[in-house]
Amino acid sequence: MSFFDGIGRRTSSFLEDAGGIATLVAESGTFIGRLRIRSTETVSQAYLLGVQSLAIVAITSLFTGMVFSFESAVQAVQYGFGNLVGGVVAFTAARELGPMLTGVVVAGRAGAAIAAELGSMVVTEQIEALQALGLSPVRMLVVPRLVGLVLMLPVLTIIADIIQVLGGMYMAQQYAHIGYESFIVSARQALTFPDVLKGLIKSAIFAVVIVAIGAHRGLSTRGGAAGVGVSTTAAVVASIIIIFVLNFALSYVLFGA
Amino acid sequence: MAERKIYARLENVGVRYGQKVVMQNLSLDIVEGAITCIIGLSGAGKSTILRLLNGLRRPDSGKVFVKGDDITNMRERDLIGLRRKIGFSFQFAALFDSLTIFENIALPLREHTKLSETEIAKIVTASLESVGLPNVEDRLPSELSGGMVKRAGFARAVITQPEIVLYDEPTTGLDPIITHLLTDLIVQLRTKLNSTAVVVSHDLESIYAMADYVAMLFEGAIIAYGTVDEVRASMNPIVQQFLQGSEVGPIPI
Repeated sequence: MSFFDGIGRRTSSFLEDAGGIATLVAESGTFIGRLRIRSTETVSQAYLLGVQSLAIVAITSLFTGMVFSFESAVQAVQYGFGNLVGGVVAFTAARELGPMLTGVVVAGRAGAAIAAELGSMVVTEQIEALQALGLSPVRMLVVPRLVGLVLMLPVLTIIADIIQVLGGMYMAQQYAHIGYESFIVSARQALTFPDVLKGLIKSAIFAVVIVAIGAHRGLSTRGGAAGVGVSTTAAVVASIIIIFVLNFALSYVLFGA
Repeated sequence: MAERKIYARLENVGVRYGQKVVMQNLSLDIVEGAITCIIGLSGAGKSTILRLLNGLRRPDSGKVFVKGDDITNMRERDLIGLRRKIGFSFQFAALFDSLTIFENIALPLREHTKLSETEIAKIVTASLESVGLPNVEDRLPSELSGGMVKRAGFARAVITQPEIVLYDEPTTGLDPIITHLLTDLIVQLRTKLNSTAVVVSHDLESIYAMADYVAMLFEGAIIAYGTVDEVRASMNPIVQQFLQGSEVGPIPI
């Protein structure tokens, strides 16, 4: 009985969360559609969530690009395919690693920040205060974060793509003696504009996931400081898992056909 | 008694928090233009009454009316419009900690009116001075004492001159001089704007000084309601024990 009880509760909780997130996105979409966007706050959130994530995105991208190139370049040269390494690195960075890595890193940083900030506002009655003043917390708090990150995550992804390629190029030259020119030629041959564009579409979708889950968990916070901790952890874990799953699904849809 | 116009009404309201029943068949009229004070033990559900009146909390049973409109199942979108007419002074102020005191108090004016920034600045400064808080506009809430934060919260609640103001323990934790100042302000606002006020408080002195009506909440129901004199003269031993602050009596401790 308790086993089925547990399954029932988890299913109900999952559906409740999914419904809550969908409602939040729909409500935000309504405000955005009516252009009820607080521009100053949006710019501020774009800076806090996007620009301030630049360093961590750059570092993770650099080392990922370097290790990926290092592993593939040495092997490729051994089998006589050294001239393809640039293409492989650029292709993978633009289509997969760039958007996903940036999404995961930003989910850890910005997703946690959103859940923690909104959660703290719940437990200190600031969300109720907004409602009591006749203001919608979705318009005041969620929409600026959503618009800010949807604008910034693709920008971060382009930067991540470039840094990965540069890191890969350096490692290919250092360890497999593949010249910069050969690397760039290969990258330009392999990579097409639609590949980059589809990668950016993915990252915009990841931005919606990060903000929607972070905001939903934050606004659903119950209890005091411990509740904020629970919401923050749950937001980061859920965002990262969904980004991985969604990345596969989006790759299948966008590139599979 | 002269005919009283009712601003808001709770009708047979029931509220539960989990398994705990906080209110059962509670009915209460809020008279327009009057100051109604709600008294009762800590945790009795007094603050919940305020949240029912502006739709922050929906009742599990019964109905809530504001200006004759049934708001019990009103959509959130419509409640947002209604709340612009209702001020709410939170027990712990609930100021937005990322905004300065000025930005906190100016927020409802910026969002709901077309006043210029100069006009808003004038109104905010005057409002802060009226609660004894000059020259704190640029400070963050974390840089003020608890009492100062509370007064800033008070100023924010009344800045748009709402039709009704709900005060959740407005004087708790304040020194006697500021308590007196805020009590006077609540009365002045009522007189000047003919606004309605509902005050949840344990501060009996202030209540006696400002209340037109007093309602006592006990075990989920209103057990006494009337003018200050009527409630003070109540023969109900629970009311008497509460007003005298006695440990001896029917109230379980």
